[in-house]
Amino acid sequence: MSDSGLRLFVDAQPVPEFATTAFTVSPELRNAKVAIVTTAAIHRIDDDGFESTDTGYRRISRADRDLVLGHWSPNFDRTGFAVDLNVVYPIDRLEEMATEGLIGEVAENHYAFAGNQDDSVTRVRLDSGPAAARELVAAGVDVVLLTPV
Amino acid sequence: MCVLAHVLEAHGIATVSLVSVLSVAERMRPPRALYCEFPLGRPLGQPNDVEFQRDVLDRAFALLKADAGPVLNAHPVVIELETEPLSCSLPARFDPNLAPAVDEVRALRAAYDRSVKSRGGRTSVGRVVSPDAISEVVGAFVRIAEGVRWDEVGLPADPVQCAHDVRTYYEEAALSLDEAATEPGRAEAWFYDRTEAGKALLAARKEMQTQKAPFHFWFYLARGTR
Repeated sequence: MSDSGLRLFVDAQPVPEFATTAFTVSPELRNAKVAIVTTAAIHRIDDDGFESTDTGYRRISRADRDLVLGHWSPNFDRTGFAVDLNVVYPIDRLEEMATEGLIGEVAENHYAFAGNQDDSVTRVRLDSGPAAARELVAAGVDVVLLTPV
Repeated sequence: MCVLAHVLEAHGIATVSLVSVLSVAERMRPPRALYCEFPLGRPLGQPNDVEFQRDVLDRAFALLKADAGPVLNAHPVVIELETEPLSCSLPARFDPNLAPAVDEVRALRAAYDRSVKSRGGRTSVGRVVSPDAISEVVGAFVRIAEGVRWDEVGLPADPVQCAHDVRTYYEEAALSLDEAATEPGRAEAWFYDRTEAGKALLAARKEMQTQKAPFHFWFYLARGTR
């Protein structure tokens, strides 16, 4: 049992390819509004859970801490999140950085996906991803920290 | 996750990604990424270690200073997954009329409750199986291991989701039994290698393969490397 075996397995899997890399210049971090987007499938206990085919997202409020790690995969450690959700979703670290003036502002809403892809690998790219992006843009978010599980 | 980085960036949002598989980042080329060779499930590395988490974030946000991308750096610290099961003792048999795994689930309930209480009530058990129903679901996995058809045994949801709640119940119980349960991988190894429920789950997994259950439903009852 090790993560190296799983990393080798993932190495061999095909991934969506991008001919170019979009690149947005952010304002100074001390002036930026920052949000977290995670693919750890975390959600509030009363939200719908993530099925293994779910390519959608759940919105998490800045104040939410009673969160569930709902990812279906057995291939990762869960005790870290159980004792400290910041090891996956570092919301308290962002709040501290905002208090210290290192980042401008913490966004009111953050987003969780499950990292699932449909067979055509298009839904996150063309549907749910852009939908979340539009919400983040509307909220004035400048920078997103992406965390996996 | 790298797909989301491309999508968000194309919408005018700067992104920094913590990536856990280096070759994926190399192939997908997200705009800014910090490769963190930490146990999967711990992208910030160390729970309850503010200094370490802040170091990861500082290195990630520093990538925003780059004038062009893609930028891919690596965190200098490597944290390995532990493979040694916890050594905490398991409860003695109490009700000989129950399957050992079911008896064990019931005996661990106080430890699970203490664990949840210590975190202010936060638990990841209950996605499809409530704590009160864990023993019934473990009983169903025991019957599958004995040869009952997986799709006729009465599981309340698909087997993978049920197993998720069972494993989480045990791992959260372990957190109140042994301080070493916070070390990555040790509670998981204890569950599958030492507990009756974990052994029943692995036996059910083998039997489901024999019964020609869909691959997804048996394979993902445990880590793929098992």
